[in-house]
Amino acid sequence: MGEFNKPFDAIVVGAGPSGNAAAYTMAKEGLNVLQIERGEYAGSKNVQGAILYADALEKIIPEFRDEAPLERHVIEQRMWTMDDRSHTGMHYRSDDFNEEKPNRYTILRAQFDKWFSSKVKEAGALVLYETTVTELVRDLSGKVIGVRTDRQGSPIMANVVVLAEGVNGLVGQRSGLRDELAPDTVALAVKEMHFLPRETIEARFNLSGNEGVVIEAMGTITKGMTGTGFLYTNEESISVGIGCIVSDFAETDVTPNELLEAFKNHPSIKPLLADSECKEYAAHLIPEGGYKAIPQLTGAGWIVVGDAGQFVNAVHREGSNLAMTTGRVAAETVVSLTRKREEMTAANLAAYQKRLAQSFVMKDLKKYKGIPELLHKNKGNFFGTYPKLLSQAMQTWFRVDGIDKVSKEKAIFRNFRETRTLWGMMGDAFRVVRAWR
Amino acid sequence: MSDVMVAPRAKVEEKLFQNRYLVDAGRPHIKVKAHTKPSASLLAMTTLCPAGCYTQTESGQVEVAADGCLECGTCRIVTRKTGEIEWNYPRGGFGVLYKFG
Repeated sequence: MGEFNKPFDAIVVGAGPSGNAAAYTMAKEGLNVLQIERGEYAGSKNVQGAILYADALEKIIPEFRDEAPLERHVIEQRMWTMDDRSHTGMHYRSDDFNEEKPNRYTILRAQFDKWFSSKVKEAGALVLYETTVTELVRDLSGKVIGVRTDRQGSPIMANVVVLAEGVNGLVGQRSGLRDELAPDTVALAVKEMHFLPRETIEARFNLSGNEGVVIEAMGTITKGMTGTGFLYTNEESISVGIGCIVSDFAETDVTPNELLEAFKNHPSIKPLLADSECKEYAAHLIPEGGYKAIPQLTGAGWIVVGDAGQFVNAVHREGSNLAMTTGRVAAETVVSLTRKREEMTAANLAAYQKRLAQSFVMKDLKKYKGIPELLHKNKGNFFGTYPKLLSQAMQTWFRVDGIDKVSKEKAIFRNFRETRTLWGMMGDAFRVVRAWR
Repeated sequence: MSDVMVAPRAKVEEKLFQNRYLVDAGRPHIKVKAHTKPSASLLAMTTLCPAGCYTQTESGQVEVAADGCLECGTCRIVTRKTGEIEWNYPRGGFGVLYKFG
């Protein structure tokens, strides 16, 4: 690999959704962009459920549906509260989601990211794969002016470095641009890919054509830890996984693998996966700290996007759309400064944060700023007591056994009150409402 | 209903065989520093590591075999304060290669 003599307009570290959104947007606007990815191909290190939210990508590549590798468009959302033998479900299915431009798709990240990366190259960016950025290069004033990698001897220079290095982004953490991750603000998720013939998936989930279903689950499946499980239908496979806050995991002897096995063997999940062939086992961290965990996002010569900036809305299970949006908005900020021939100073790049504050990204994260802490502090109730009580109530209500309904109602309320005091329940309800507002 | 927990450790290894890796032979990207007694955090990795890379030896030390590493970074975060492990991403191109992600 030769040396790069002239500084690039921008270097993007990482080729996930945020990095690709940033590199694509800048290259398309004519900037001289270098993108550096440590994997053999874009996506080879990336893991997600995965749901693609069309809106965020449409704002970058409007015609993406014609060529992107998409699995199924989501027409049904199932939210399950589970105890060990049951689930109480809230399902929403609508034919309105069978629209010309569907709103959500399931995707396989390795394939999707590879496609997105090909668009970045088409737009004119230079992309180096199999190259790990090892550190930032600064001038005497401390301004970031380039990066060092494990392949090039001399540093590669740029006017600005866009850090799209993911949740466990070592470059930014080791350079002191942001704090190291805390075990109580990140979740560890494990996931498997289970293959089945498409007809089987369609029959099992009541689907036709490219329709898809997603299941999000919480309850005793996480064994008292703060976390959720999921199951998504792809074209010829099912993504199934579960994740919990790392500090909760560290306090138990339950291995992530055991937790996933137990979830897969839950009587509500097992039949959905029957006879499937598992072809991959993956693990990844998810930033779950929300608004309060967002680090400093810009400084002299640098800007942070995607998971590296903790841009995940844990309540709504949104992340890739926040990644793409922050990548695009950061890129637009850099493009605008470059056009005006302005310096990439901390003050100038702060325009990125102003733009984000106006977008759904910051508005949503701000709205739920109290939720991560609330759930984590009361995990025993939210992920154990309440799911069990709900299941018992449902069973009492639906089981026909000669007991009159008034007695059944009384039994349900008594069970709630004995398990969790009235004040405790009201307090939790109040705290949820307050955190939700 | 804990009837599902049959030999989980063996099963993790089986699962890793489904994955693709390009191992950087002789250059492990995670190293445990020499110690006599592991901290609670390091010891926790023997159950917490999703790839089962950490084991405790008979004499009580914790070892890592990073060939099956999924590069999640959990061990780095959990032991950051104790400083017992040295963690880097594998050299460009090496390590796990997700087919589906």
